[in-house]
Amino acid sequence: MSIQFKSITELNELLDNKAISVSELTQESIQLAKKYDELNCFVTLNEENSSKKASSIDRDKKNTSLLSGIPLAQKDLFCTKGLRTTCSSKILSNFIPPYSATVVEKLEDAGSITIGKTNMDEFAMGSSNETSFFGSVHNPWKKGFVPGGSSGGSAAAVAAGIVPAATGTDTGGSIRQPAAHCGITGLKPTYGRISRWGMIAFASSLDQAGPLARSAEDCAILLNSMSGYDSKDTTSLNSDVPNFLENINQSIKGKKIGIIKEFDLSGLDTEVQKRFDESKKAYENLGAEFIEVSLPNISASVPTYYSIAPAECSSNLSRYDGVRFGHRAENTDDLNDLYIKSRSEGFGDEVKRRILIGTYALSSGYYDAYYKKAQQVRRLIKNDFDQVFKSIDLLMTPTSPNSAFKFESKGTQNPVELYLEDLFTISSNLAGLPAISIPHGQVHSLPVGLQLIGNFLREDLLLNAAHVFQQNSDFHNAKPNLENFK
Amino acid sequence: MSWETVIGLETHVQLSTKTKLFSRASTAFGASPNTNVNLIDCGLPGVLPSVNKEAFYKAIRFGMAIGAHINQTSIFDRKNYFYADLPKGYQITQMDLPIVLGGSIEILTDDSTKTINITRAHLEEDAGKSIHDEFDGFSAIDLNRAGTPLLEIVSEPEISSAKEAVAYMKAMHQLVTYLDVSDGNMAQGSLRCDANVSIRKRGDSELGIRTEIKNINSFKFIEKAINFEIKRQIKVLESGKKVTQETRLYDSAKDETRPMRSKEFANDYRYFPEPDLLPVVISDDEMQKIKDEFPELPTEKEIRYQKEYGLSSYDAQIIASSKSMADFFESSLSGVKNYSLLANWLIGEISAYLNKELIEIHESKLNPENIAMLINRIDDQTISGKIGKSIFEEMCIYGSSPDQIIESKGLKQITDDDSIEKVVDEVIRNNSEQVQGYKSGKEKLFGFFVGQVMKKTQGKANPQTVNKILKEKLKK
Repeated sequence: MSIQFKSITELNELLDNKAISVSELTQESIQLAKKYDELNCFVTLNEENSSKKASSIDRDKKNTSLLSGIPLAQKDLFCTKGLRTTCSSKILSNFIPPYSATVVEKLEDAGSITIGKTNMDEFAMGSSNETSFFGSVHNPWKKGFVPGGSSGGSAAAVAAGIVPAATGTDTGGSIRQPAAHCGITGLKPTYGRISRWGMIAFASSLDQAGPLARSAEDCAILLNSMSGYDSKDTTSLNSDVPNFLENINQSIKGKKIGIIKEFDLSGLDTEVQKRFDESKKAYENLGAEFIEVSLPNISASVPTYYSIAPAECSSNLSRYDGVRFGHRAENTDDLNDLYIKSRSEGFGDEVKRRILIGTYALSSGYYDAYYKKAQQVRRLIKNDFDQVFKSIDLLMTPTSPNSAFKFESKGTQNPVELYLEDLFTISSNLAGLPAISIPHGQVHSLPVGLQLIGNFLREDLLLNAAHVFQQNSDFHNAKPNLENFK
Repeated sequence: MSWETVIGLETHVQLSTKTKLFSRASTAFGASPNTNVNLIDCGLPGVLPSVNKEAFYKAIRFGMAIGAHINQTSIFDRKNYFYADLPKGYQITQMDLPIVLGGSIEILTDDSTKTINITRAHLEEDAGKSIHDEFDGFSAIDLNRAGTPLLEIVSEPEISSAKEAVAYMKAMHQLVTYLDVSDGNMAQGSLRCDANVSIRKRGDSELGIRTEIKNINSFKFIEKAINFEIKRQIKVLESGKKVTQETRLYDSAKDETRPMRSKEFANDYRYFPEPDLLPVVISDDEMQKIKDEFPELPTEKEIRYQKEYGLSSYDAQIIASSKSMADFFESSLSGVKNYSLLANWLIGEISAYLNKELIEIHESKLNPENIAMLINRIDDQTISGKIGKSIFEEMCIYGSSPDQIIESKGLKQITDDDSIEKVVDEVIRNNSEQVQGYKSGKEKLFGFFVGQVMKKTQGKANPQTVNKILKEKLKK
C-alpha cells in the first residue's frame, strides 16, 4: 500500500488500524524522498534517527497525538540538534546545531518524525528557490519550473506526496507563494503566534513559521502543536491558543469578505482573474458576502518591505563571519581579510545584494530616508488593515500574480521583477496578520492559489473558511503526475 | 596664554547581576575561558535575546540615586560593527530611549564640592575578549565577558581637571558600590572610563577639538592619562597646529597616550531598533518596589551613626564613606558595647593594615565576629590595648579568633591587685637607687617603674592598676 499523497488524517487511520507500522511509514516516506531525488526537495535526510524514533514509537505503542508517528519535513532554517542545518547557504553548509528550534521540539514532542531538511532559497531570500546553494527545486507539476520560494523544498515535498506536511517560514510570502505554485495549502500565522527560537533569522520583525500541508485541516493539526508563547522568544505572543480543529467545520454564512480595491486584477493573466472570480462565486454559494474595501497605503508594501527586510537581514547575517562556526576561508592575511573572504565565498548573489541594500538603508545619512520612513509607512499600512477589519472578517486576493514560471526566466536581469511575485503576500507580513493560501484550480496546467487574510490572531477563522471551501471542492486533492521525476 | 581644560567622562559600570543581560549564563569573574558562555552569548544562528530585569532594577536604582528621569519604557538598539570578540556582529545597546536621563553627581575636591551633571545612562552588553599574545600566529577569543550587563554613564563636559576626573570616578565608585549596582572592582574592569578631553583658551565659549582616551581602569591612570593628554594638546595648540579628533589609548608602561588605528573608529554603526526585543516596560509597582528597597546612602549613614552610636562626625564620615567599611562596622556592632572604640579601631589599626595591603576589608581574613570580640576584650580589660594590637596582627595573618590567641598565648591581663602588688614590691626592692631618686623629686622615673612591671608581666598587667599600686607604694 502506498502512503504517497495521504493526508495526516488518513495516515492516522492506517496507523490506528495497524494497516501500517510507524517504522514502515517512516521508511516509505524516506524511500519516496529518495525516489524523487531529482526534485531536489531535500538538503539532508535524517534516515538513521528517524527510523530509531519510529521503532521506539512502535515499541511504546503510545499513539496519543494526531502527529504521533507522522513523517514531517523541516525547512532547513530550523535548527535541528545534531542534524545539519544549512539555510541552503554555503556559509552554513557544515553547521550542525547543538540545539533544536522550539517549532521542531514541539512537533517532535507531539510524536512526529523529522525525515529530513528541505531545500529553500538561501537564507529564505527569494521567491523561486533558485538562490539555494544546493540547486533549484523542480515544481512537481512541471519539470524545469520553479516551486516558488523560499519554502520551495517543503512545498514540493508535500505536493509530491513524500510527506503529508512540512514546516516553512514566511517573511514576505515564503509559505503562501510556494504553496500556491505547488497546489497545496500553506498558512502564515500572526506574527508572534509561533516562537522564532531556533529559526534562523532573515528579517526578525517579519519572519514567521507556519505549516504547509495537503489541506487546511492538516495545517490546523500542525498549528495546534507549533503555536504558543515561548519565554526564549520575547516577541512571541502570550495569548491563548485555541484548538484550531474545533470550529473548522462551522458555516461561514454571513461572513464578510473584503476585496481590496487597490489590487487591480485586470492587469493580470485573464486565467488568474477567472480562477479568482470562480472562487468568489464559490464563497458566495457558501453564504459569504463580498465588500470592496480600500487600503490606501497598500501599494507602498513592496518598497516598504524591501527597505525593512534587507536592513534587518544585513544586521542578522553579520554573525556569519567565519570566526565561530560555518564556512571559513583559507589562507587569510588578517581578521579583515578573513571576514571578506569567508563572506564573499560563503554568501550567494541574492544574499549579498540584500546585505548591501540593507547596509545602505541603515547608513548614517540614509537611515531617515529609507529605514525610518519605511517603518512609518509600515505603521500606515497596518492602520489601514486595522480600519478595514472593523467591518469585515477576511480579505481575499490571489496568492500570486501568476502560476509557476520556468527556471531562470524571472529576475535574472532585473531582481525587482521577482520581488513583484510577493505583491499580494507582503502586506500581511508588514501588518503581522495571519494569511493562508489554498489551491483553487489551475492556470496553464499549473496550480494557482487563493489567499485569505485574517485579523490579528484569527487563524481559526482562516482555517475554517479554507476548510469549508475544501469540503466543497476538489482542487486540494489534485495530484501532479510525477512520471518525469523517476 | 592661559588654557582651560574641558573633560567629559563615559563610565562603564559592570552591573553585579548573577547572569548576563540577555542570557542566563553566569557573569562570575575568573572562570576558564569560554565556560560562562551559552548559545546566546556565542551568537549561534537562530538564538534570541531575552532581557534580564535585574539589570534594569540596578540601572533604575542608580538613576534614582542621582535624581535622574527614569524612562519606564525603554528600547534597545543594535550597534553594528565587525570584531572577532563581538559574536553577533552587533552590540545590543540603547540609543534613543536610554533607561536613565539627566541627574547629577556631587564630587569633592580640595574640600569644596562641585556638581557634575549627567547626560544619560544606558544599558548595553559587553563584548568578549581578544587575546593576541598567547598563541603563536593566532588570536584567541574568550566570550566569558560577552553579554555581561554594563551601564554606560555619560557626564556633561563639566569636569575641568584630572583631579576632578578622579574625584568624579571616586564618587561614582562609592555610589555604585553603595547601591549594590556593581562590585566596583576596577582591577577586574567592573568600573572603567573613556575620557573626552579638550582644551580651549580661558574665556572661550566654544569647545576645543576633543580626543577620546579609551578604557582607563584605575584612579591613578585616569589622573596620569588626562594630565598627559592636557599637556600634549597644549603643546599642539601652542605650536600653532590643530588637535586631531581621534580615539587614543593610554599606555601605562610608557605613561603616554597614542592614537588607535584609524580603522577601529571610522565606523558607521548603523544603529536601528533591535527587532528581537519588545520595548521593556517597568511598571509603577516595580518602580515603587525599587524605591522601597532603596539602600541607605553614605550621608544618611553618617547621620545615623552619630545619632544611634554616638560616633563623632569625623569617625562617622570616614566609616560611612566606604561601603565595605560601613558594612563591616554594622555587622560588628551586635555584642559590642563600646562603639567609639570599635570606630577607632576601624579608622586606625584596621584601615592602616588594609591600606598597607591594598585590599578591601572583605578581601582580608578579618571578620566582624572576631573584631567585635577583640573590641570587647579590650573594653572589659581582659587585655590591654597594646596586647590588642599584637593579637590583631595575628588575626590579620591567620584569621584566628582573639579568645583563641589570648588563651593559647596566655595573654590575659593581670588585673587582681595581689598579683600586681607582688611584682611592684619586687621592682621596688630591686631598684632602690631609682626609688631614692624618685622620692627626691625625679618624678619622671615613674615611667621606669611602670616599664619594669610591664616587662616582668610580659605586658599583661592592667596599666591602671599598676599605676595605682605603684603610686601608693612609692609614697610610703
